[in-house]
Amino acid sequence: MLILTCPYCGLAADETELSPGGEAHLKRFGPGSSDDAFTGYLFHRENPRGVHFERWRHSNGCGKWFLAARCTVTLEVFGTYPAQTTEPPAAILDAIRAKRPDWEGRA
Amino acid sequence: MKRYSAFAIAREAARWHMGWERAWRSPTPKAKYDVIVIGAGGHGLATAYYLGKNHGIRNVAVIEKGWLGGGNTGRNTTIIRSNYLQDPSAAIYEKARSLYETLSQDLNYNVMFSPRGVLMLAQTHHEVRGYLRTAHANKLQGVATEYIGPEKVKELCPIINLDGPRYPVLGALWQPRGGTARHDAVAWGYARACSDMGMDILQQTEVTAIRQAGGKVTGVETTKGAIACDKLAIVVAGHSGVLAEMAGFRLPIESVALQALVSEPIKPCMDVVVMANTVHGYMSQSDKGEMVIGGGADGYNNYTQRGSFHHVEETVRALVETFPMISRLKMLRWWGGIVDMTGDRSPILSKTPLGNCFINCGWGTGGFKAIPGSGWGMAELVARGEPGPLTAEFGLDRFREGRFIDESVAAGVAH
Repeated sequence: MLILTCPYCGLAADETELSPGGEAHLKRFGPGSSDDAFTGYLFHRENPRGVHFERWRHSNGCGKWFLAARCTVTLEVFGTYPAQTTEPPAAILDAIRAKRPDWEGRA
Repeated sequence: MKRYSAFAIAREAARWHMGWERAWRSPTPKAKYDVIVIGAGGHGLATAYYLGKNHGIRNVAVIEKGWLGGGNTGRNTTIIRSNYLQDPSAAIYEKARSLYETLSQDLNYNVMFSPRGVLMLAQTHHEVRGYLRTAHANKLQGVATEYIGPEKVKELCPIINLDGPRYPVLGALWQPRGGTARHDAVAWGYARACSDMGMDILQQTEVTAIRQAGGKVTGVETTKGAIACDKLAIVVAGHSGVLAEMAGFRLPIESVALQALVSEPIKPCMDVVVMANTVHGYMSQSDKGEMVIGGGADGYNNYTQRGSFHHVEETVRALVETFPMISRLKMLRWWGGIVDMTGDRSPILSKTPLGNCFINCGWGTGGFKAIPGSGWGMAELVARGEPGPLTAEFGLDRFREGRFIDESVAAGVAH
């Protein structure tokens, strides 16, 4: 059972309380952008075997969206943080590098 | 290769079964092949088989990081059907289903295809309309299906509870020539036939890099050394994203866990496959008597080949409501596989940005039923370098151009 700590209410919520929302930090491309950029925004997704950043919603709790850094191979959680950010915060990156020294960073 | 037959059994019985030969060779890799197929699951082996059989390309290696058929080919619930709404899907799945009919004879290997019939229950009025539409579409596509009422459902599957408290059974989409097959045997049968054609199946050989020059693939690096090739086919299901990253392009795919489980064996009680998409569960009975159960996929990226307990609980809860007699059954085994989900829940059989590299992926939760058709179409794509009629609509460019083959809407769920 996956357990994530909601950064808003501080609760350690198990996944029955949460809804997954896909890749985090997507950069939006809309009118005026190239077809390739728009296709990438709509369909292409990071699908790493390892460190992954994703959106989650504390749907059966406070209802807020937050972001999580997680390993897709071990299901280890490196940390969670509020959704109002376009990049993972330094503390999260440090936590990842402490446990995955050869991690090459976000693609 | 010595053929399997009743005479072979009699011959071997007379000499203490000492004369059976290995079903496939375990060769050392050659320096170069015409075609390398990455992934010795059903789809990869079928691709190699039809490359040899239909296109005469036999200098082929199938590279597998684990063991043959040890991924999703050995982890699915073995259901075969072709009752899809969209024309391109119906065409490729029906091609596969029709090839399954004679696959045992074709491969000289018993894949135990059992066309026992597949029932897809309609449990909401929306679903009734949806399946009526699919039944009409299937008539036009030449796929034999029929919409039937609840009495016929009860007749075909007496253990079903039509009057469930939440979702009574209002009817069903019935495909009498759908069914099941022995999943391992499909991989083993193709492997044996490929090996017999002189192809090399390299197990325990992991691809670590894809060599490129001038926008083309020149070969692969593996844990057993570098191997050159003229053409490369990537057929690795859940790990497609990892291979695509090695090759340097991106895919509209996310990998998630899909779980299945089987009960203790019981006496024969159900001779059809039943799928209930509204409540999210499906069940059939294996020849050993185990009830084979599957449900919905997990919602988040995962490479662990195990999934979340609450999804299994949802599936089992729904099936106990639909089949009250299974409520006391013990579950024997429970496992997960990593499935590659596309946005429109349809597969990708496509050229890639690299000229001589082709990819077959995105079968998501429903790849087993498609193995022969997928291999047939993929072999054509690899051999000619251009998609044929089976695969033309399944290109990667469909996302960019908005030509989805939208089975997620058609089925209402992953399928």
